[in-house]
Amino acid sequence: MSFISTIINGLSLGGIYALIALGYTMVYGIAKMLNFAHGDIIMVGAYAIVSFISLTGHPLLGIVAACVICTLLGMGVEESAYRPLRGASPLAVLITAIGVSYMLQGLAQLFYGSAPIPVNIASFGAVEIFGAQVQVSSLLTLGLCIIIMVVLTLFIKFTKVGRAMLAVSEDRAAAQLMGIDTNGIILLTFAIGSCLAAFASTFYLMQIPSASPDLGSMPGIKAFTAAVIGGIGSIPGAMIGGIMLGVIEKFSLSIDVLSPYTTSVEFLLLILILLIRPTGILGKVKREKV
Amino acid sequence: MKLSDMPKQKFKLKHHINLFIVLGLFLIFLTFELTSGLRQSVRDLLVQIAYSAILAVSLNIVVGLLGELSLGHAGFMCVGAYIGGLIGNALWSSVPHIAALIAAMIGGGCAAAIAGLLIGIPTLRLKGDYLAITTLAFGEIVRNIFKNQAVFGKALGLSTSYYGKNLFIIAWIALFFTVLFAQNLQKSKHGRAIQAIRDSEISAKAMGVDVTYYKLVAFVLAAFFAGVAGALYAHNVTPVRDTFFKFDKSIEILVMVVLGGMGNLTGSLIAAFALTFVNVKLDVWLSGDLASIKKIVYAAILIIVVIWNNAPALRSIREKYSLMRWWTDMRERMPKPQKEEAEPPTTANWDKIPTKIPMDSIISTDISVREEEDPNASERKPEVK
Repeated sequence: MSFISTIINGLSLGGIYALIALGYTMVYGIAKMLNFAHGDIIMVGAYAIVSFISLTGHPLLGIVAACVICTLLGMGVEESAYRPLRGASPLAVLITAIGVSYMLQGLAQLFYGSAPIPVNIASFGAVEIFGAQVQVSSLLTLGLCIIIMVVLTLFIKFTKVGRAMLAVSEDRAAAQLMGIDTNGIILLTFAIGSCLAAFASTFYLMQIPSASPDLGSMPGIKAFTAAVIGGIGSIPGAMIGGIMLGVIEKFSLSIDVLSPYTTSVEFLLLILILLIRPTGILGKVKREKV
Repeated sequence: MKLSDMPKQKFKLKHHINLFIVLGLFLIFLTFELTSGLRQSVRDLLVQIAYSAILAVSLNIVVGLLGELSLGHAGFMCVGAYIGGLIGNALWSSVPHIAALIAAMIGGGCAAAIAGLLIGIPTLRLKGDYLAITTLAFGEIVRNIFKNQAVFGKALGLSTSYYGKNLFIIAWIALFFTVLFAQNLQKSKHGRAIQAIRDSEISAKAMGVDVTYYKLVAFVLAAFFAGVAGALYAHNVTPVRDTFFKFDKSIEILVMVVLGGMGNLTGSLIAAFALTFVNVKLDVWLSGDLASIKKIVYAAILIIVVIWNNAPALRSIREKYSLMRWWTDMRERMPKPQKEEAEPPTTANWDKIPTKIPMDSIISTDISVREEEDPNASERKPEVK
């Protein structure tokens, strides 16, 4: 594989990681919890696409349906499982999130079986860029991921709701005193994060066209790693972390000696970065006070 | 006062309840085994229960006592299983099997402890979620490295020597010693230092507790016992494959600790027993894709228990219907044995000295004194107007 195709594939995989990592980091920044079930929302999105394509035969309809279902699912999980635990210890919330993740995987396995289901969203073929064969779907993924990230950044910076989200992430109690409906904002955060997860599942299926109940767990963990590398709670951090991780994964896979150890390389990168900067690349250093 | 002068603590059953639970169950099953012989499935279940409980008790040292979340406990078990399996294989034909197994357990434990030391030294300055993700990363790295070594059979797994039907006896003895160690650690000076770090790291530091050292101690001890559990696993199941030690396994152990109540040894034990039993039984009943029902039930129990135990809105209901309260009520209702009149104390009775002054009088005097002491109080008032 040539250098250029590796880097473009890495960037597009990084874009997917970044989309998932955004969901993690936004929820962490605003609700101060690790949403372990986020990876499984991707899986639900993938199954939604699979069933709608087989039902209607139209890929675009499948993607829209996945967005709607994932958004509703994210909001439902927040309302039913996480809302009652607001104010409880972070570990309790984490365990509940793990429970939700198990539940979603179990339900998917019950309805669809554990065997992977092949799915074909669209085939675009390949083009030649600077003498390297590059899949069009990779380019498309990269482009769409960049557009989504730009739109999200603008939304958070310049709309009233977006700035309310920033306020809640900075200080929830103060935001509440300023008249912001914090529960509503948290719900909205889950909705946006889950919708991004649905996009991520679309792009993921373009690259690896089969859906299985544990589809979400590894990308979920890697995206979570990416979010921590970038500094969890920071939106540009999640983008940087995700893209970095994607590129490193593809490069490591392209080198023969390293390719069996790709997972190790990625997680070692995490440990190294946390050793240099204990709160990630763009994370805020919190000083502990007595 | 010298140590020898201190009054000896009276032996009480409730202080040693964990050991009695383990010993009692072990003796019951041993009797069955010796008289009529257990079924192989029961023996297998007992081994699984033993190593799950060792894992839960050891993770409880990190999560319950030290208060740091570890998501990579299966990684230490993985190290113990592979290294212990290798040691067991090397010694299997030359020494008696029991010696080989014990060597494997100690070797696996030590290897895991070294792994804990290696990962602990650089990462233990991280805190909370960051430490949690690092331990998760560690678990995945270990799995990935072992999977790609030719010595450990690559993806096919390391074929180990199956110990035989009496493994459960060794496993339960190992569990007994683990519980004994964990219980004594909790009560010792070191255990108190570790718990002080959990309650407040800054205060512990101010009191002269070497925070980094004790964090490392807790981490390495937990890793050691996880390694022992891994070596036991390696002699019960063959081949040892890396897929067993996935992230899910770490979560399963964590769930045992959390459901049992963090920091509560008895709780961890009971949760480990119950969950392993349910897991194994459900595995037998549900095959194929129906196995997902197990996952769903498991998840539902987890969510409901955590919400019930932690939701701030449910606090009043929880206190009304709590099991502990029911238990104390029952004990109060039971007729108490009449105690004999206590002997009159020979030394001064501090209860008789009137140290209790009614609260109202203190408050009223305080306020009145302040008003009298401040002569400007009446002069200031008009200025404000």
